[in-house]
Amino acid sequence: MNSIIDKQDRKLALSHILVGYFAFLIGTFCGLLQVFIRNDAIELPNWLDYYQILTAHGVLLALVFTTFFIFGFLISGMSKTLGTFGPKTRGFSWIGFYLMVIGTTMTTVTIISGQASVLYTFYAPLQASGWFYVGLALVIVGSWVLGFSLIGHYIVWKKAHKKQLSPLFAFMTVATIILWVIACLGIVVAALFQFIPWAFGWVETINVELSRSLFWYFGHPLVYFWLLPAYMAWYVVVPKIIGGKVFSDALARLSFVLFILFSIPVGFHHQLTEPGIESFWKFLQVVLTFMVIIPSLMTAFSLFATFEITGRKKGGRGLFGWFTKLPWRDVRFTSIFIAMAFFIPGGAGGIINASFQMNEVIHNTMWVVGHFHITVGTPVAMTFMGITFWLIPHLTGRKLTKSIKKLAFIQIITWAIGMLLMSTSQHILGLLGAPRRTSYTGYNGNNVALEWFDGILSNHVTMAIGGSILFLSAMLLIYIVVITCVASPKATTEAELVEFPIAESDPGATPRFLENWWIWIGICFALIAIAYTIPIMDMIQHAPPGSTGFQTW
Amino acid sequence: MHFHRFEKIWLIFGMVSLIVFLSIVGVSAFAMDQHPSGGMDTIDPEKVEETPPFDDPGVRQIDEDTYEVVMIAMAFGYEPSQIEVPAGKEIVFKVTSTDVTHSFTIVDTKVNMMVIPGQINEKRYTFDEPGEYLVLCNEYCGAGHHVMSTTIKVVE
Ligand code: HEM
Ligand SMILES: [Cu+2]
Ligand SMILES: [Cu+2]
Repeated sequence: MNSIIDKQDRKLALSHILVGYFAFLIGTFCGLLQVFIRNDAIELPNWLDYYQILTAHGVLLALVFTTFFIFGFLISGMSKTLGTFGPKTRGFSWIGFYLMVIGTTMTTVTIISGQASVLYTFYAPLQASGWFYVGLALVIVGSWVLGFSLIGHYIVWKKAHKKQLSPLFAFMTVATIILWVIACLGIVVAALFQFIPWAFGWVETINVELSRSLFWYFGHPLVYFWLLPAYMAWYVVVPKIIGGKVFSDALARLSFVLFILFSIPVGFHHQLTEPGIESFWKFLQVVLTFMVIIPSLMTAFSLFATFEITGRKKGGRGLFGWFTKLPWRDVRFTSIFIAMAFFIPGGAGGIINASFQMNEVIHNTMWVVGHFHITVGTPVAMTFMGITFWLIPHLTGRKLTKSIKKLAFIQIITWAIGMLLMSTSQHILGLLGAPRRTSYTGYNGNNVALEWFDGILSNHVTMAIGGSILFLSAMLLIYIVVITCVASPKATTEAELVEFPIAESDPGATPRFLENWWIWIGICFALIAIAYTIPIMDMIQHAPPGSTGFQTW
Repeated sequence: MHFHRFEKIWLIFGMVSLIVFLSIVGVSAFAMDQHPSGGMDTIDPEKVEETPPFDDPGVRQIDEDTYEVVMIAMAFGYEPSQIEVPAGKEIVFKVTSTDVTHSFTIVDTKVNMMVIPGQINEKRYTFDEPGEYLVLCNEYCGAGHHVMSTTIKVVE
């Protein structure tokens, strides 16, 4: 059945997605400026500063674009698979939306006015305007209100369908929200008890090491909050697009549960080179970090199994014949396939980053920038692009025209090329020692630093070429978003409606305990307690005198 | 729960490599003492210049084969700004900050230390090659972050 979701729910979802793309527009423009500043091709007017732009880039893309887009996608999928929202769910969702919008606006204003050039990680004792932290806290609170209203919708469904397992999309949504709520606890505690009182001057000093650890308790699962919705598209949407089914309902659910467990108690792998945490605890969290490889391997297996089974059904023969039978001309599929392909080097790089001693080689170099542009910047972002192509027409009731499909192809191909250039040069520059988060610098003509400006690939200029292609691609995407919102012809018949692809998934053999959330929440908190209690107590009990705030920008 | 036969093989292969890999990392960390920089000593960030050893930063010989380098990082430089150490001897770097978070990073070496106010970070390193090494800050620390650097001379 090619049914479209309820009109009011469409409006709700579309509002989220459009705010997300507004952030994307400004954020990628900042990215363009960055690549040119770093190779000394442009100089900023003196009322604008590199680090101000970089703060905006990080906040708008990593926090705002992702969060708004994700909720737009989850809302549409929940309405699609569990039915139209009730008035309560919808009302609370709107409240959440407006809280996030107000928070984002506050934060953005403090960044633009130059009172918050602290980057999106806002490490103390750099001290931004208190409203910067209040704004971020509002975004989180808004996302919780939204998250809980989606869980409310799920509970209503469960009550009406006793003893049934929820549809896979809804299950995965709930898993994502549980992960998000538990992850945010760290940053909410840091904001309420550390940053806000300190920034408004109610307390003098801040415990720096504790604030960093609370940030990274949040910071790593944040990555999985971006990734899980992309995985939802990979598990549930892609099989439908290629004409297949979900490989295994039980394994899909099991992998999501494992992602909740192993993505939270691991934040120390971002703090491997800093003092204040015993080596033992760093190593323990490194081990827990690597556990995430198990659900990742399960995911890779399931996806390729679906591809192969479907390709063979369509007549693909031999070892790899099925591969050619995949719908390569369908941009909804090809976009996500490219996204998956980027995740292979992305994941491999992640293994290096988290490898305890090896981390020293790359920590805070351009390598890391290359790494997250081929994890969040492409696998996640390009999956979101692939979703956008059909989701916006679905939400606006317009057609997905041939010309838009063509443009969409150009958009994803240029993004892939631009990213290949930019991220390759960033990885190599990092290995050569070029630092991240740094405006143009030659370190007084030091020979080592000069090398960063004259390789073929290992060059800030290559990075700028890649970045420019990326920016053009981003603008093309914005064009597609606008056209499919307001200009594409309306779908008039049932057949013209753009569908929300949801693959069939058979829960017949799926064990019930997978949907007993209390088990997983319990284990999750147990793991967090094991990994964090002692080192955090230590940071509090043996804290040095705290730090006062600094505005060094 | 049903696992496909190939999936079992795939997952067992994955888990075995995981165990092997983590064992290598663990053994080299704890048996061969290959840790990233760290340390549990704390200091009052407002009294750094009065607290030993930071009241007298610089290079000090500890014994025949070991030297200590005490460094203070601040926006936007290092104190002392010029140092000289011998190649082939173990150098113990000790760093802290008087203001915000910085790093003490020697390009082309494994010395890449976060410098956190209130904490003392420590790293042992032996230079094999003499020469002049670039030291830079790779943790954002403010408007002058990109000029925060110095050099270390390593002599025979
Ligand atoms: C037009 C496309 C883009 C370009 C040209 C671009 C360029 C850059 C560059 C050059 C940096 C490093 C700056 C530095 O360390 O000095 C950077 C940082 C970053 N980028 Fe992008 N980027 C783009 C798109 C994206 C997207 C789509 C995302 C995520 C959804 C993203 C997330 C980030 C993050 C989180 C940082 C780190 C910010 C920080 O260090 O505080 N970027 N980007
Ligand atoms: Cu991480
Ligand atoms: Cu710095």
